[in-house]
Amino acid sequence: MTAPHLEVAEAPTTPGTELGSPATGVAVPGTAAPPAGRAHAVARVGDVPPGEGRAFVAGDAQVAVFRLRDGSLHATQAACPHAGGPLADGQTDADVLVCPLHLYGFRWRDGSSTGGVGPVRVYPVREVDGMLVVDV
Amino acid sequence: MGGPGVVENRVLGGRPEGLTTIAVDDDLDTRARLVVVGNGMAGARLVEEVLERGGGEQFRITVFGDEPHGNYNRILLSPVLAGETHEDDIVLNSHDWYADNGVTLRAGVRVERIDTAAKVVAASDGTTAAYDHLVLATGSYSFIPPMTGVRREDGGLLPGVYGFRTIDETRDLLAATTRCTRAVVMGGGLLGLEAARALQGHGMQVDLVHAMPHLMNAQLDAEAGAILKRSVEALGITVHLDALAGEVLGDEHVEGVLLRDGRRLDCDLLVVATGVRPHTDVAVRSGLEVERGIVVDDQLRTDDPDVYAIGECAQHRGSVYGLVAPAWEHARVLADVLTGTDPTAEYHGSRTATKLKVAGVDVATMGASTPERDSDEFLVISEPRRGVHLSVVIRDDRLVGATLLGDTRKVAALTQAFDRGSALPGERIRLLVDLTDGKEEVGVAEMPADSQVCTCNGVTKGAICGAVADGCGSVGAVMDRTRAGRGCGSCRSLVRQVVEWAADGDVTEDPAASYYVPGVPLAKPALIAAIREQDLRSVSAVFAALAPGGAEDARSKMGLTSLLKTIWGTGFVREKDAEFVNDRVHANIQRDGTFSVVPQMKGGVTTPAQLRRIADVAEKYEVPMVKVTGGQRIDLLGVRKEDLPAMWEDLGMPSGYAYGKTMRTVKTCVGSDFCRFGLGDSTQLGIDLETRFQGIESPAKIKMAVVGCPRNCAEAYVKDVGVVAVGNGRWEVYVGGAAGATVRKGDLLATVDSPGAVIALAGRFVQYYREHANWLERTYDFVPRVGLEHLRRVVVEDADGIGADLDAALQRSIDAYTDPWGQDGKQPASPGQFASSLPLVPLPQVPVR
Repeated sequence: MTAPHLEVAEAPTTPGTELGSPATGVAVPGTAAPPAGRAHAVARVGDVPPGEGRAFVAGDAQVAVFRLRDGSLHATQAACPHAGGPLADGQTDADVLVCPLHLYGFRWRDGSSTGGVGPVRVYPVREVDGMLVVDV
Repeated sequence: MGGPGVVENRVLGGRPEGLTTIAVDDDLDTRARLVVVGNGMAGARLVEEVLERGGGEQFRITVFGDEPHGNYNRILLSPVLAGETHEDDIVLNSHDWYADNGVTLRAGVRVERIDTAAKVVAASDGTTAAYDHLVLATGSYSFIPPMTGVRREDGGLLPGVYGFRTIDETRDLLAATTRCTRAVVMGGGLLGLEAARALQGHGMQVDLVHAMPHLMNAQLDAEAGAILKRSVEALGITVHLDALAGEVLGDEHVEGVLLRDGRRLDCDLLVVATGVRPHTDVAVRSGLEVERGIVVDDQLRTDDPDVYAIGECAQHRGSVYGLVAPAWEHARVLADVLTGTDPTAEYHGSRTATKLKVAGVDVATMGASTPERDSDEFLVISEPRRGVHLSVVIRDDRLVGATLLGDTRKVAALTQAFDRGSALPGERIRLLVDLTDGKEEVGVAEMPADSQVCTCNGVTKGAICGAVADGCGSVGAVMDRTRAGRGCGSCRSLVRQVVEWAADGDVTEDPAASYYVPGVPLAKPALIAAIREQDLRSVSAVFAALAPGGAEDARSKMGLTSLLKTIWGTGFVREKDAEFVNDRVHANIQRDGTFSVVPQMKGGVTTPAQLRRIADVAEKYEVPMVKVTGGQRIDLLGVRKEDLPAMWEDLGMPSGYAYGKTMRTVKTCVGSDFCRFGLGDSTQLGIDLETRFQGIESPAKIKMAVVGCPRNCAEAYVKDVGVVAVGNGRWEVYVGGAAGATVRKGDLLATVDSPGAVIALAGRFVQYYREHANWLERTYDFVPRVGLEHLRRVVVEDADGIGADLDAALQRSIDAYTDPWGQDGKQPASPGQFASSLPLVPLPQVPVR
């Protein structure tokens, strides 16, 4: 098993780590849907085991991909907007992802926070020919 | 918070940009336009009160706020500065709240001028807003006394000089605490004292400069002020009274303060908390009548019939208030007037009472602090040594003032007497001390409905009773509904009393409060019974069988994993998603996403070969920091997740469990091998205890210590389990000690006469704790909760006959123990178990010393 390669990238320069900043990719009622991103194959399907999350680079973005117990896939930005925590190390259930550092929760549905620290970006993720593909 | 030099511009209570509320076309909206200038505690409270009265249907509401944030609780900036409260926890109304309620929030936009003839306000961004009713709630600003050098040529404050009134100032101050070492705080009122205490808590040397002869002179008399000064000085803060600063020194950055008497106080941080002044510029510019504040009548109306003023910017009957409680009253009266709920509502002034904790000392004051007329009765109880000073001022058989310093047990009864003007006991001393058999006379029943219970959030007894009448059946539900007790928390016992009284004692305990974990609605005994009965061996099986709708809950998984391991031992079915990251990778996650590695070092005893191996590993893996822990082990900090297995392999030492809710470490002293005073071989007993209990999961971490004599060199008196040799082969076993945020000396469970008996007794206690404590309940809470006598009966005397069961259950867990480092180090538990979740956002580097 080789760990997915992660190059040491600069932190994304787009805002997204501060409270109240724009969260592209968050569907907001009453606004136009975000434009579909470019598809990036980030890993093999088996690289994200059930119940866990793993971090990958997708283009300029760093993403965390999760496979829930029910087999469904989700992807978010990799860094917690609160204090930069590694979201891939978080805990999950069917509705939320909980950051390991300070236990702030984020809803899969739209990335919104359960604890008032600003949303995470959520990305569409799917399986294509044995690969995990994230649209950024 | 950002690190040093990081400019924080996070919007408190903000929301993603691009989220807008859809405004209905103006022409179609027949509602009157209510514009509120000021989004602080008064302005936002007014909006809340208006909405509660159905004002959302009458008014289109626009709120202008000078600050970009949502509405936050200014009273709680001190705990934020002290690092006790997170800034997110002081948000009262987030941007979302305004949107959800159809209120337009113009945050970060200052209103410059009001055209009262055209009924339009003009804002700093060039926009205008027409109004039918205008409310000024502009609050106050920090008053900076005139001092040479305090301002730069452009009018801004000299770098290093701060007021202390907004979240932005608080953030700047917090950031400054990491760079600065010496602070001068100007102003010995409430805010200055709180700032001094908070800065001192960050390790700074603090001088407090106060212009008056005693501290908190607005609330306390000279004697109480002197006692408070002693309490403040005992904290290590230097107090200078009768001191005026004439000059602020420093060209580019503050370097010190020159007092008028010629003394120089060096500092690299200056906080000015010498009082506030009402923000009246916009009212003055717009031609409204302004004296000290914006002049209003009993309906909070200015001299323009459509313009009102509330809160600290308003001057009513000659008084300007610098407290939050009058602002709540203003908001209530004005909401009644505006919405027509009570068109005749009037405000007649506030009797000022305040409860607070200043510099760690409880203070409650109301009304006059000293007698004002010859006929006033004045009763004082002063105990300077205890830091207690109590006084009451009585006029015409009514309480007109009270001061409680260092002991506020009588605050409830006095507040009632003060608010209601009720008759007082003939023996005046009963006002200040209980002459009964120690039973507190609370008299919640006599409290008037409009008396403040929670001053932080301005909640009255009536509001609490209303919430109970609306069906809130528990204290928690009432607190959620009214926000009572959600501020500093000092009123929670009173809130509980009022709820119990209002509900005629028919208060349900919050069911959720008794659940072992939030996601499964069962208390621990029932949960254990159900798990055994239904043979539930994995966390997912527990959710499927016992959670509402079978729904999993992320926050409950860690507690359930711990419980199932305790119940089943080797029969537990491990699921990776049910484990916290620390348990998944057997290391403690750090703030930058790296981990720490702490090898086992039983009893704090090591060998040259072990040390050499640790040193080699630290060099090979470029470990940024090597540190001796408080628990007598060596901590390798800043380790990359992907390096963990190889490091464990190279160390060849078992895990020290410095990351788990488990038994962690047993500290020992030098014992009897070398120490001149040792009465017992504590070192060996510590090693034996750690060997037996290593890695045993428990509701919360367990720390132990063994000392060879009562000199207590390894702090056994303040451990979850502490063992003390007392001579003649005898050992005392203490349980429930703590030396964390609170310090608690452990309770003596028993004295036994052999190391074997210590191990057996400690084992029974640990197992009883594992089976009965709530998740994350440390022994120092558990022992007082179940009671020492009960523990002695069950654990020492085996009165319930469960001793053998406890022993057997513990043995099962001990037999199931395997070293996780040896196990996962060789064979990952799942693909990518140690894959990096970094790089993420670069954090300020932790300096390597």
